[in-house]
Amino acid sequence: MRDWFKGGEPWIWMTAGAVALSLVMVYAVVWLTAARGLVHWWPKPVVETTYKEADGRVVRLIGEVREREEVAVVRLREQGYNIDTQDAYTHRYLFKLGNKDITGVDFKWFPAPNLGQFTYPRDLITIERREWGNFYGHLKAVKQEGQVVAEGDAAWEEAQKRLERGTALFREALRLEKVDIGRINYQLERLRLRERKLMLQGRLTEADKAEFARQRDKLNADYGVLQERLDRVRHDLERDSLMVETMEGQVVEIPFAKIADLYMPNAMNTLQKAGFYARKFWEFISDDPREANTEGGIFPAIFGTVMMVLLMSVMVTPLGIMAAVYMREYAKQGPLIRTIRISVNNLAGVPSIVYGVFGLGFFVYVLGGSIDELFFPEALPAPTFGSPGILWASLTLAILTLPVVIVATEEGLSRVPRSVREGSLALGATKAETLWRIVLPMASPAMMTGLILAVARAAGEVAPLMLVGVVKLAPSLPVDGNFPFIHLERKFMHLGFHIYDVGFQSPNVEAARPLVYATALLLVIIIVVLNLAAISMRNHLREKMRGLEGV
Amino acid sequence: MEKIETNISKVGGYTGRRMAKDKLFKHVMTFGGLSVIIAISAIFFYLASVVLPIFMPASMDEFKRLPLPAAQSGVVHYAAEELAEVGMRFQADGKVDFFDLRNGKALGGDRITPPAGVKITTFAAGDPSQKVVAYGMDNGHMLLARQAYQVSFHPNPKDPTKDIRSIKPSIDHPLGEAPIAVDPQGRALRLLTVQSSDEGTTAIALTEDGRLVMTAITSRTNLITGEVSTESESVELPLPQNGEIRQLLLEVKQRDLYVLHGDRQVSHYDVMNKSSPRLVQTVEVAPAGERVTAATLLSGGYSLILGTDKGNLTQWFQVRDKDNNNHLTRIRDFKPMRHAVTVIAPEHFRKGFIVGDAKGDVGLYYATSRRHLLTRSSGSEPVQVLALAPRANAALVQNTDGALQTASIKNDYPEVSFYATWQKVWYESYQEPEYVWQSSAATSDFEPKFSVAPLTFGTLKAAFYAMLVAIPLAVMGAIFAAYFMSPRMRSVVKPSIEIMEALPTVILGFLAGLWLAPFVDNNLAGTLLAIFLLPFSFLLSAYIWHRLPVSFTQRVGPGWEAALLILPIILTIWLAIELGHTIEAAFFGGNMPHWVTNELGWTYEQRNSLVVGIAMGFAVIPNIFSIAEDAVFSVPKHLTSGSLALGATPWQTLWNVVLPTASPGIFSAIMVGLGRAVGETMIVLMATGNTAVMDLSIFTGFRTLSANIGVEMPEAAVGTTHYRLLFFSALVLFAFTFLVNTAAELVRQRLREKYSTL
Repeated sequence: MRDWFKGGEPWIWMTAGAVALSLVMVYAVVWLTAARGLVHWWPKPVVETTYKEADGRVVRLIGEVREREEVAVVRLREQGYNIDTQDAYTHRYLFKLGNKDITGVDFKWFPAPNLGQFTYPRDLITIERREWGNFYGHLKAVKQEGQVVAEGDAAWEEAQKRLERGTALFREALRLEKVDIGRINYQLERLRLRERKLMLQGRLTEADKAEFARQRDKLNADYGVLQERLDRVRHDLERDSLMVETMEGQVVEIPFAKIADLYMPNAMNTLQKAGFYARKFWEFISDDPREANTEGGIFPAIFGTVMMVLLMSVMVTPLGIMAAVYMREYAKQGPLIRTIRISVNNLAGVPSIVYGVFGLGFFVYVLGGSIDELFFPEALPAPTFGSPGILWASLTLAILTLPVVIVATEEGLSRVPRSVREGSLALGATKAETLWRIVLPMASPAMMTGLILAVARAAGEVAPLMLVGVVKLAPSLPVDGNFPFIHLERKFMHLGFHIYDVGFQSPNVEAARPLVYATALLLVIIIVVLNLAAISMRNHLREKMRGLEGV
Repeated sequence: MEKIETNISKVGGYTGRRMAKDKLFKHVMTFGGLSVIIAISAIFFYLASVVLPIFMPASMDEFKRLPLPAAQSGVVHYAAEELAEVGMRFQADGKVDFFDLRNGKALGGDRITPPAGVKITTFAAGDPSQKVVAYGMDNGHMLLARQAYQVSFHPNPKDPTKDIRSIKPSIDHPLGEAPIAVDPQGRALRLLTVQSSDEGTTAIALTEDGRLVMTAITSRTNLITGEVSTESESVELPLPQNGEIRQLLLEVKQRDLYVLHGDRQVSHYDVMNKSSPRLVQTVEVAPAGERVTAATLLSGGYSLILGTDKGNLTQWFQVRDKDNNNHLTRIRDFKPMRHAVTVIAPEHFRKGFIVGDAKGDVGLYYATSRRHLLTRSSGSEPVQVLALAPRANAALVQNTDGALQTASIKNDYPEVSFYATWQKVWYESYQEPEYVWQSSAATSDFEPKFSVAPLTFGTLKAAFYAMLVAIPLAVMGAIFAAYFMSPRMRSVVKPSIEIMEALPTVILGFLAGLWLAPFVDNNLAGTLLAIFLLPFSFLLSAYIWHRLPVSFTQRVGPGWEAALLILPIILTIWLAIELGHTIEAAFFGGNMPHWVTNELGWTYEQRNSLVVGIAMGFAVIPNIFSIAEDAVFSVPKHLTSGSLALGATPWQTLWNVVLPTASPGIFSAIMVGLGRAVGETMIVLMATGNTAVMDLSIFTGFRTLSANIGVEMPEAAVGTTHYRLLFFSALVLFAFTFLVNTAAELVRQRLREKYSTL
């Protein structure tokens, strides 16, 4: 035993333990995100049970069980629960009760000893509403203009049909409102700015004024027509409603205009559930968020992230490659360039929030402010580029990721064997030709690696973005059908910020939690895939270059 | 080579074009590359340029005489409007002169006229932010007036984009033009103090027969007729014990009255209840033999600034003790003026003030930061009347010679001093000096609290706990991975660590805040037990492995210990968590966080340093790991082979040969990790409560510099002290991480050189 200790074997195991613990931590994080994120789209059964209140009353509970955990009975008693047990520990269940507009409580913990038998009646219905979150209850009847058209078992069939109609109408109303009326508002605003610009330049003539007034009248007339159509659609939407019984026994009428989706999870079989899963997943990545981001999809966040990363790539790639080529191929290799190289390396270690501060101060306030004064004086004092937006966010992240691209490109350039360059030069090619035709193509996988790493870093970075352009809810995407189609000055949504905002700033964190896990899972997948791609590309490149060196 | 190039470039045609292209390419690359490098280094200079102004001293122009017509009677008060373009002069006889503050041009005037046969006996100015003045008369009444400045814009015939601004000064009367009775007995008013706001008006006067009278007036506007009806209530105040009453100071909220009497006594009255005011206490505010010669209230009405005939300046305010009694307390002393203080005037919105002395010197001070900003001479005559413009960007001074002098002031960042940012500061309404960071509040007379100490402390605390987790795991892991691990396992471990490095911190922060924090809260004993048990589980597993038959262990071979340990780790953690609740039930009353709070008396927060330490340790491990692994791995093989050949065991070789050689590299890895931990934002933002407290406890949270920037930067108004201090935090983070990383890089380079010579 003493020899065993003296030989150092146990210490080797201790170091091994450190590696193993790190591995466990990494995979635990990935697993935790995946396990919690993946269940988000699965229809959760709705439980019906009873609960004994502190005063002995027994009430009915209807809701989804969200969590179950072991808890000290002392803690529960401290919280005022009346628990009849000898054990020190018991379990408690977190119920999502929904019906927030009626009861005011969405989530509530219930200690297990006071709960009755869990049952899963097949006629329990989950209604995803456009406001106030989910609704749970027994489906009673379907009404049209206040008259009952279907009751009992027939109601479900009827409800599905009416939901389809309601959804179609809702989509139409949304399109009218967002796209058509949105376009008119946008054009009116542009008209106002054009007029003001002319006025500021002192070139506004009476003829111009008349022309502007004419155009404005025309737009307003169009607006009137659209508004009328919208009102009609909205009126149609009000036609049908659903009668549902809550857990308190109250029968509530819910108009289809308020219903986003409805399903009977207890009556679904596995295949139906799988189909539901696929549909919900698609909704998640293609829909707009609802209810202060805690429900619905995250499409704008995905779009914003992708667009920002694309913009950033367009900026960072040429700049990074140029700097790397200069430092490796043209600059005189001396102490100065070594210092610069170290500094560039170290910039990668500077906290990202510092870049955010720089971006806000310099890009937004200084650059953006000057751009506004020079090119958009008509909109002042409302800022155009002088407030955070996607352009400045991508520029800030481009600077943030520049060191990554430079370092990777330099490494790629340094790995191109001397023999290859010399061969090219010996055949009479100029240095530029050698670089352009031989060296850069050979180093291009390295550049790609750098770019992928930069993209992965940018996609996951949040701290600087909070300062330079990310918002919790952007009213419109940076790309739309209105001229000039790409609006770089607009604020945008971002996956990482979405996680922070919904998980920590939202009024109903508990309700949003599954969605945050799902978003986190999406982000983790994107980043892990990007990084694995970069790693395998780099390994492949190293192998190839090693092969070349022998030639 | 160069010669050939020049020769070739002379050749025309195709080759010439190629040469030109070559040159062009070179220039483009050089220009582009250099501009990128310059642009990157511009970050530092830009941050520094934003920060620099807060370190610039305040400045004040030379005093300039304004050619105003001489006042017929004495001047009692000066006032200026917001933009410091128009001024007002109040004379003792009720005459008011308007003038252009920039060149002294007369702009007309007004007159506050007492009724026939009544004489003005005294004057009082309310809080400068309310712009109210009052004249007391010999019939016990006062005339209340208010400065008004009407700003209007006219189109500019020359430039349509810029309108011309004109400011029209006037005098209006918030409670009507009629005199208001202050003393119901109608005796002449000798001293007066008045405050008037939308909530009401209070006037307190010393009458010629030595009584102290308070009159409170509340006005109501009839919503239908628009008629203003007033109600007034008068009451006599108890007189202070001894000494002649020399000055009355009612604070702006009309709750407290300070009476200066005798040589050096201040009596504090609570006048919040207008029908039953009471004398709270009398305090000696200067040492014997010194006489208080000037007093004023700072903006907000909380602090009293007193100046003496020796030039000493002190700040006083009420401090609440344990029994909820208020005591007027001496808070801080300022650098004295050289001569007797004659007059003090407060800034309108900040906690600054300006002081005039008997030899014409004017000093500018800031209370919170205890700063004496500058002193200027306005001549050799004693300063008689003193005022600051609302934005504190101009001073109006009149000496006994009667001429008005003005000077513009540039004093944008008086709140910052070493004392205010790094030491305990006694803020208004605090019971004792404290370190506080509180940059903004809803009220306009709020005292900003810019102590960077708790933020720096929080940053270091976060880094400390993160490193506590990260250093052992990462360094030991790196040693194993570089030295003992089998190559096949390495090919799995290294990408895993890279993934670990790439995981967005927002995910780590989110899991830490929403999953780990509640989990630890519910399983505190289990978590601590797991941390404690893990090393023993490694040892136990090692011993069991050691005792297994060699024929079996040989088949696995060395270098796979880490893989073998994964199962024991999971088992240990599971076991500890399972045991945790039993332990809590047995020893901690079933609720360990509760026990920590009640029995140990420590503050316990759910989002605490333990959670951050684990989460941020997780984020830092890969940084340290990769660099340390590289350092250990590149130790030349012949060194280790030599050691092993001489009979040392692998561990002995590692301990005595490899580690001494690689230690600079490991050190540099730790430095890089520290740099990362100090600047990390999202994890601390999400996994702590972000309260700026200063204690080392593992069960409390903190607020770091980086999180503070993330939270406050979007709201900070451009160019303010707050904005620049946030930039300062960013600059400090930048400089710190840059220096640490550079040092680490230099260490590594030297190490590489050493390896190549070995």
